[in-house]
Amino acid sequence: MRFMFRPVLLLLALVCSSAQAQLSIEITGGGANQIPIGVLRFAGEQVLAQNISDIVEADLQRSGRFRMLFAGSVDPLPTEVAQVNFGDWKNRNADAVVIGSVVRLADGRFEARFRLLDVPKQVQIGGVAFTLSAQQVRATAHRIADVVYEKLTGDRGVFSTRIAYVVKQGNRYELQIADADGVGAQTALASREPIISPTWSPDGTRLAYVSFENKKPVVYVHSLLSGQRQVVANFKGSNSAPAWSADGRQLAVVLSKDGGSQIYLIGADGSNPRRITNSGSIDTEPFFTPDAQSIYFTSDRGGSPQIYRMSAIGGEAERVTFDGSYNVSPRVSSDGKTLVYIARDGGRFELKSLDLASRQGQTLTDGQHDESPSFAPNGKMILYATQINNRGSLAAVSSDGRVKQRLSVQAADVREPAWGPFFNN
Amino acid sequence: MKKLIALLAAAVLAGCASTPELESKAGVEDRTPTTAVPAQPGVTAVTPIAPKADQLPNALKDPKNILSKRSVFFDYDSDRIRDEFRPLLQAHGKYLGDHAGAKMLVQGNADERGSREYNLALGQRRAEAIKRMLALMGARDAQIDAVSLGEEKPRCTEQSEACWAENRRGDLLHSGEF
Repeated sequence: MRFMFRPVLLLLALVCSSAQAQLSIEITGGGANQIPIGVLRFAGEQVLAQNISDIVEADLQRSGRFRMLFAGSVDPLPTEVAQVNFGDWKNRNADAVVIGSVVRLADGRFEARFRLLDVPKQVQIGGVAFTLSAQQVRATAHRIADVVYEKLTGDRGVFSTRIAYVVKQGNRYELQIADADGVGAQTALASREPIISPTWSPDGTRLAYVSFENKKPVVYVHSLLSGQRQVVANFKGSNSAPAWSADGRQLAVVLSKDGGSQIYLIGADGSNPRRITNSGSIDTEPFFTPDAQSIYFTSDRGGSPQIYRMSAIGGEAERVTFDGSYNVSPRVSSDGKTLVYIARDGGRFELKSLDLASRQGQTLTDGQHDESPSFAPNGKMILYATQINNRGSLAAVSSDGRVKQRLSVQAADVREPAWGPFFNN
Repeated sequence: MKKLIALLAAAVLAGCASTPELESKAGVEDRTPTTAVPAQPGVTAVTPIAPKADQLPNALKDPKNILSKRSVFFDYDSDRIRDEFRPLLQAHGKYLGDHAGAKMLVQGNADERGSREYNLALGQRRAEAIKRMLALMGARDAQIDAVSLGEEKPRCTEQSEACWAENRRGDLLHSGEF
């Protein structure tokens, strides 16, 4: 077993045609047991506006689970298994090689074909041919990276998923959505008042969030298909902290309409609010477990804010965190095994994880102001908000704490990240 | 000439793809990539309704009147009304009691440290503490909406205790100001 821990510092300057500020991603740490892989240029890919092979390589690199081997210039580029110089790749200790080709089709679209090759065995272990339009180059590359990632790591790739976050520039707040690599940011909502707590519906077509445009917090559900949005909770007092149930039909929200901040279930259309906590304390930040059976939440019923768990229909709550006097913002991984949360340690706010079966805990970050964690749908990375030079920035860390990434936008505060779900094709 | 090159190129590419036909198709599935979320329909812009502060009664605007003071400050992680703010709340409570048609929005705030949603709940607790005190001083429950802005609208943005103290605050807004 090779053990690799090589600090990688790679700045991907992400090109974009729009005038909008883009997220750039900096990787500041390397994973263990990285898989050595070479991604060759795809024969003929210059007919596309962007090289598919470059995007695939950047995706794999960013995950921290691969060690990219410089492919160099190979002429002619291999497109078939038999054309690959396996001896050369074996000498460089490559485990796998990606080759591919792009051709223009008669109807103006393109066909991109790739093969994933096992170097020691000298066989093909994966391959897909995609038919794509000129606008689908990045989507295709992310799908290829997803296949490579899954074949080699056994985990589903998240390169085709999207993220949402809030950008504050002066007094302007924008809820933006971008590809998981930070490229292609689009603004879903622009406001002069704060927007917080965006969260994706399980099918990835809607976002619930809290907007302060009416001088108080109100919960909305925003359709990304139509751009239409609907008020879900605008009761007397404050309305906040939306969390989707697994079927997307209802939300857990925090309302103060009956005094104090308490957790309620409400239809995703705003119907039938019913209270599920009854404490004289703060109960907030509900989060449904993936099996929809339980809700984790933050409460100060024990004197300090701690994380609790209760049945998704309410009832008795059991305390989950015990160390320290400030543990908030619980999120559970998609396999239900890991809890991540924000803990105050001295004056610092750090991201911690807790294995729910073994109760083994780990501190994943060493920031001063880390907050708002959000799991990637495969549970392998956690996106969160941090501060760099007194400005909000997004960062991501692998669930084992080894791989760290920073995502930043020039001259803007970025906060409140939410990683979207897998897209089922 | 350009056309000829393009044709040649296409022919060459087509040739490449079709030469080892049998092997080339083996293990290669055909798919069409789909984007994770359908294309955005564009930006939804929000324009808040502007309040009409010019209609405010003079008593609330006169700097010499205690009613012109609108902020109550709190200790760290606390919603206790400090004694120094009782006269102020007494004046506003009496004003609401005397003006049955008047409404008030109490906005609670928190300093920036920690979770935004937990801070929203802390701000709510402060707003409700102010509302309770106003009710003791003569205001009716239905006149007041106690809400929270959490840490989202800081008055001071430096990371210092003086600044945080300024942000642990409740603001009283009368009809016309919200």
